[in-house]
Amino acid sequence: MLRISNLRSSVEGSSFTKASAVTKVLADRSEGRKEILKGIDLQVKRSEIHVLMGPNGSGKSTLAQVIAGVPLFKVQSSKFKFMEKDLGKFTPDKRAKMGIFLAFQHPVEIPGVSVFNVLRKAKVVTGNKKPRTRISSVRGKPVYSGLVAPDLGRAKELRQELVGYLSSLKLSEDFLSRSLNEGFSGGEKKRSEILQMMALRPKLVILDEIDSGLDVDGLKIVAQAIKKFATENPKSSILLITHYARILKYLKPDFVHIMMDGKIIKSGKASLAQKIEKEGYERTRNVLEQRPIKDAPRSN
Amino acid sequence: MNDLQVNDYRYGFSKPENYVFKAKRGLNRSVVEQISSIKSEPGWMREFRLRALEIFEKKKMPKWGADLSTINFDDIFYYIKPTENQKKSWEDLPKDIRDTYDAIGIPEAERKFLAGVTAQYESEAVYHSFQKQWEDKGVIFCDMDTGLRKYPDIVKSYLGRSIPPADNKFAALNSAVWSGGSFIYVPPGISVDIPLQAYFRINAANMGQFERTLIIVDEGAYVHYVEGCTAPVYTTDSLHAAVVEIFVKKGARCRYTTIQNWSSNVYNLVTKRAFVEEDGIMEWVDGNIGSKITMKYPSCYLVGRGARGEILSLALANSGQHQDAGGKLMFLAPETSGEIISKSVSVNGGRTSYRGLVKAIKGAKGVKCNVRCDALILDEQSRSDTYPTMKVDEKDVTMGHEATVGRINAEQLFYLMSRGFSETEATSLIVNGFIEPIVKEIPFEYAVELNRLIQLNMEGSIG
Repeated sequence: MLRISNLRSSVEGSSFTKASAVTKVLADRSEGRKEILKGIDLQVKRSEIHVLMGPNGSGKSTLAQVIAGVPLFKVQSSKFKFMEKDLGKFTPDKRAKMGIFLAFQHPVEIPGVSVFNVLRKAKVVTGNKKPRTRISSVRGKPVYSGLVAPDLGRAKELRQELVGYLSSLKLSEDFLSRSLNEGFSGGEKKRSEILQMMALRPKLVILDEIDSGLDVDGLKIVAQAIKKFATENPKSSILLITHYARILKYLKPDFVHIMMDGKIIKSGKASLAQKIEKEGYERTRNVLEQRPIKDAPRSN
Repeated sequence: MNDLQVNDYRYGFSKPENYVFKAKRGLNRSVVEQISSIKSEPGWMREFRLRALEIFEKKKMPKWGADLSTINFDDIFYYIKPTENQKKSWEDLPKDIRDTYDAIGIPEAERKFLAGVTAQYESEAVYHSFQKQWEDKGVIFCDMDTGLRKYPDIVKSYLGRSIPPADNKFAALNSAVWSGGSFIYVPPGISVDIPLQAYFRINAANMGQFERTLIIVDEGAYVHYVEGCTAPVYTTDSLHAAVVEIFVKKGARCRYTTIQNWSSNVYNLVTKRAFVEEDGIMEWVDGNIGSKITMKYPSCYLVGRGARGEILSLALANSGQHQDAGGKLMFLAPETSGEIISKSVSVNGGRTSYRGLVKAIKGAKGVKCNVRCDALILDEQSRSDTYPTMKVDEKDVTMGHEATVGRINAEQLFYLMSRGFSETEATSLIVNGFIEPIVKEIPFEYAVELNRLIQLNMEGSIG
């Protein structure tokens, strides 16, 4: 499904449209950083759960954003494909339509736009639901629904679907009426990302530190929701980015990758995560590079 | 969807003109006299018009706001009467008029709201229906000409009282040539809980529309009036100079909602003012999407103790448009309060201006006032300015003023794009979110329409 080889990325910025402000602003923020990904090889097949672990600054989030299509990164690779299509050619919205979903580590607030509204429209644009064309007629003339036209019957249907997801996330229905991410607590932001994932049913889910900032109960709710998603969408794949192995108590990965300094230094089965948790990233790298083991700081 | 042109005006169709009477182009004493005589008006109204014409001729064009130098008063029709009489039912209307309404969807709006619709086709209200239940309660809702015929005493005692002809050049013009508009009277204690609405429409090239609306909400009563405007596209400029006068009596409340979507060649120069008495509440919800130039500052004169005025102003300026909008709060009594919230969006070289006046006279103790204006500028070519004025002659007042100017946030754009929205769709969503505090105050059907208009305005505007 996702096939990446020798992917390199640096902050320079190629924009998806000429006048886009995205490039400029994000590039300014990351000023001073150069090459972040230094030759990534990664293959995620259908139905697989992959875990990508690594210390802060190792490039995990950058990889997630590069796959989702942040225009700020300049990307070079010998292969960068999703469903046999060359990902580099597509803008973020096209990638979302192809079935890629990124759950953000820090979702931005969108004031005045309700969770429900975003999901209703996103389901239409991602082809999760076909836009219903004719909604009524006025004196024999058909009235068509646009992107913003109300379609009360379908809205009700969607609401019922979402209420099911909300209850598994321990959120109440009025969550749907709130402005997206505005004033959300850390835990609510993570759950909102999971809610969107459940509603949009993507083919490839990238969860960027979905477990950070969650307490024990929150982690359990989120992890179980992910598990439920995986069960109900057996063809979807998950790439879970994390510092910690604790979420793996609930989710059994098919593969675990260790990322350090812009490279995947080791890949293995679920047991690798346990090993990392026990020994720390530095030690693992030193072992791999056959360096003498010093008193390396443990990553927790 | 993407091949739509910017400013591709959805309602820009024009029906063949089929009028019973059309006054000559241009304005002079005989045109005014002719209008008055066709309408068989009482002598005092004729005098009122002629006096107003003199004032109009003497007054200079306002130079402090938008550029009005291209208006040619000699090239405008000041009166057109489309059909002989007011029709009672839909089927009585001429077919081309019905087709026009079908196209803009008024029958649908009418079906959804159960209240009556006064639809103004050109200068005359031709289609008027009103729910019997309100009539039984003594609520009057009709076009202004009918109001003058049937209730001359009420009209005489209120017309021009809050906006005298000498107020400004366009109020004088309207006073001289007005035609149509709505007349509403709500008796004491009556609450009209379904919005009353009127659709206004200009259909003849070079025709000015000068409707005059008078609303009186008696003690303890409530009414919500909704005015939506659309107009077809013309090759020459059209002028819309309306006057709206509202009187909110003791303990009464009035809300006046406008969504103005004139085509992009219309000069929209409107004077709106409410006098609010003790403990009364006036709320203006004013959306400006269309027109070439709009100058409109709904105002509240808070004349009674404890009166409150709220002005929500929304402006969207696309290429070639200048929306000079805002509001005016006059605190003329103690313990009065008010708020102005303005949201403006400029795109494709469009220009928005917030212009506001807040005044508290000496002795208006305990006044509380809050002004907030936010502007969103979508590209380098567009522009937004803020002209706030505060005149406070009393020490015991609380005044707040907040203003922001911003652009679309890149992170928001990427976030929404990663959910499948194109850059244009994402921008529309963010813009809709930005104006949401005002849109949520607009009746549902109109809010949907408004969001659709915003969407159309955003398409093709980026990149």
